[in-house]
Amino acid sequence: MTDPLLPVDAYLVESLPEIWFGAVLFALGMYVVLDGFDFGIGMLYVTRTDEHERETFLSAFGPVWDANEVWLVAFGTMLLAAFPRVYSRLLADNYLLAIGFVLALVFRGLGPELREQRDDEQWKRYADYAFVGGSVFAPLLFGMLAGRWLFGGATLPVVLTGFGLVSVSVVTGAAFLAAKTDPGLASELRTYGIGATLAYLGGVVVLLGTVVLTDAGDAADTVLSLPVAAVVALSVAVGLSGSVLARRGQYQAWLASALALPTLLTILVAIPLYPTIYPPTELLVREAVVSPLALNLVTVLGFPVLLLVLWYFKFLYGVFSGPIEDEGYGG
Amino acid sequence: MGPITLSSAIDPVWAAFLSPELASRMQFGWTISVHIIFASLSIGLAPFIIYFTWKDVRTNELRYARLRSFWVKVFAAGFVMGTVTGIPMSFQFGTNFPQFAEVAGELIGGPLAFEAKMAFFLEAVFLGVLLYGRDRVKDRTYVISSVLVGFGAWLSGFWILIVNAWMQTPRGYEMVTRNGMEIAKLTDPFAAFFTPRMPWMYVHMMNASVISVALLVAGVSAYIVWKKPDTEAWNTALKLAVVLLIVSAPFQAVHGDAYGRHVEDTQPQKFAAMEAHYETGQADLHLLAFPKSPEALTDPRAENLVTVSLPAVGSFLASGGDFDAEVIGLNEYEENPPVALVFWPFRFMVGLGFLFIGLALWGGYLTYRGRLSDSTRYLKAMIAASPLGYAALLTGWYVTEIGRQPWVIQDELRTSEAVSSTLTGTEATLTLVGFVVVYVGLLLTALYVLKWLVREELQALGVRESSEGGWHGPIPGVSDND
Repeated sequence: MTDPLLPVDAYLVESLPEIWFGAVLFALGMYVVLDGFDFGIGMLYVTRTDEHERETFLSAFGPVWDANEVWLVAFGTMLLAAFPRVYSRLLADNYLLAIGFVLALVFRGLGPELREQRDDEQWKRYADYAFVGGSVFAPLLFGMLAGRWLFGGATLPVVLTGFGLVSVSVVTGAAFLAAKTDPGLASELRTYGIGATLAYLGGVVVLLGTVVLTDAGDAADTVLSLPVAAVVALSVAVGLSGSVLARRGQYQAWLASALALPTLLTILVAIPLYPTIYPPTELLVREAVVSPLALNLVTVLGFPVLLLVLWYFKFLYGVFSGPIEDEGYGG
Repeated sequence: MGPITLSSAIDPVWAAFLSPELASRMQFGWTISVHIIFASLSIGLAPFIIYFTWKDVRTNELRYARLRSFWVKVFAAGFVMGTVTGIPMSFQFGTNFPQFAEVAGELIGGPLAFEAKMAFFLEAVFLGVLLYGRDRVKDRTYVISSVLVGFGAWLSGFWILIVNAWMQTPRGYEMVTRNGMEIAKLTDPFAAFFTPRMPWMYVHMMNASVISVALLVAGVSAYIVWKKPDTEAWNTALKLAVVLLIVSAPFQAVHGDAYGRHVEDTQPQKFAAMEAHYETGQADLHLLAFPKSPEALTDPRAENLVTVSLPAVGSFLASGGDFDAEVIGLNEYEENPPVALVFWPFRFMVGLGFLFIGLALWGGYLTYRGRLSDSTRYLKAMIAASPLGYAALLTGWYVTEIGRQPWVIQDELRTSEAVSSTLTGTEATLTLVGFVVVYVGLLLTALYVLKWLVREELQALGVRESSEGGWHGPIPGVSDND
């Protein structure tokens, strides 16, 4: 049985597996950028003791986090659809990390939902623990999962990758909130944002240094390559200029540069994964990819929808653009 | 990070009673049971949400605004629970059943990715608008948002059931060797997506979701009407739910009967387990079955059951008209599913289905006589029945999934072969316990949210609840204590 509409034995274009490698990492990048600032909001939330400010944070988080989190599902299912062996080995080899991560997401998502159900200090405190705890552990464990993907069992680089995702999430969270709140709160947020930027850049340098010195996951050569050096240099430039913009109170511009940091981080993750898509097993993109018919099918049916999704997001963020209205989480 | 040392320390203790396979299956079964409640809540609530939103914008009547606002809140809470419980589902294909993900990747990856991209995003994005955007978008955009959210829920079910139907009646693939492993290679997308089971399963599941939610809406409405008989909004909701039930409940019985014949055709082993039919040959139809001895509960067989049966009608139904048709028995197979866990849930589901028809007809009669909200007995019956739709839906899925054992992909891959070879009993048990604790908390939260919304609604309607005496229902077992 053949399907006349789709080529069965050849990819629609010769480089389709590489395009899919890019598409999967694009979904990962969208997730890291978008849910990253949600995590950042959750972590910065702990610095607020004033009920009104907490409500403001939750108002910024409320309408978008769920849609942002769906990028994780898009990333996971696209990885499964194009590179099933990578999906299954990555998750099976890192069982407790993966399950811990999804449980952290459960707490992060439920916290605000719970919080608004009852006007009771004790109750709200527990709900806040869930929200903040989930917002810290989810990026930490997800970053560690990415670290295991890149470096296999080496402990220090793995933990540092987790730390990198946590700190970059604080940067984007602070910039996102600063762009949407009043100047007083924004100037407090930029202090955290700048501190996190420096911590992030330092963390990346230490991580790469560690990888070079220990040759974790045989990645030393890759790290010393020109693309990695270029991306790191660019990250430093973007991070520092973003901090300057923040100092000057240009929060919209700061947000734009802050969102570039996790994007560059995703590119940094992507470089060592090509062409060996799962370094610990030495599996190549071309070995891991599904057969031409299956890949052609997900391309033809999936790519137009992906464009539509990007349009939805433009619409969603358009509707909820501008300063936060103090409606609380429940609207 | 010490999974290795942790494991080696306590593995021998846990390995004694929970193997990685058993713990993984229990974990998947438990997490999907919780998830499906919220997934089907979205599917079943969709028509209500669209109707109330449309009527609210069209008529500007207070009762529709009230109903829309209430049920959108329920929908939103359910959707959050559905999201947070849905992510662990697809993860577990990798963490616990990686061989399944790898063998079936070409077949299931596409539909799962389509579900995320086509359906899940649609729901999540436009729910944000529906929930927070009433004053930020135009009326028409608002109504369209409600339609898109509902459409997303039904489309989500479509892609997920393509995956499940393929596991029951796999088609459109051939087994090939890749990277040293036998995997299913997609050869015919149309056959793989529209397997023989797919239309049966889709209709049965969507309708089951509608029934479950109609019962939930009826129960909540009945409770509020009972407390506040002259509420226009909730009398409307009650009537709407009863009307929906009158259509959906009898349809499910007729459809389910034909579905059963299809299962006998395509998965004879599962059908035999549903009927505890061991000897190949003529089959009786057991209308009712009662255990004669305690063993019947764990091992139902003709000799330990008291049955009300129609002789040879099992053959007649399974074959579509032949009383002498041969029905394959369980003795033909080397390995069978746990029969009791298929036989009893099947009866439980069917029994509830007939109860729902009875409730629908009773409600229809009362509506016809114009006495729907006057009959306290009916209101109380509907309050008690509000969780039963879910009970039927879950047990129906137990029949489907346990009845397919020992296979995860029918006749192609055994569940035992799909489980991760690197997983230890300790890790699996640890996460199983974690999921049980967290999800019990999550379910209690969901019930609490519903209870809280109902109480707020009653307060808004001006009903003062007496401080003494517990609050009983619509969810049994949840009492007011704050």
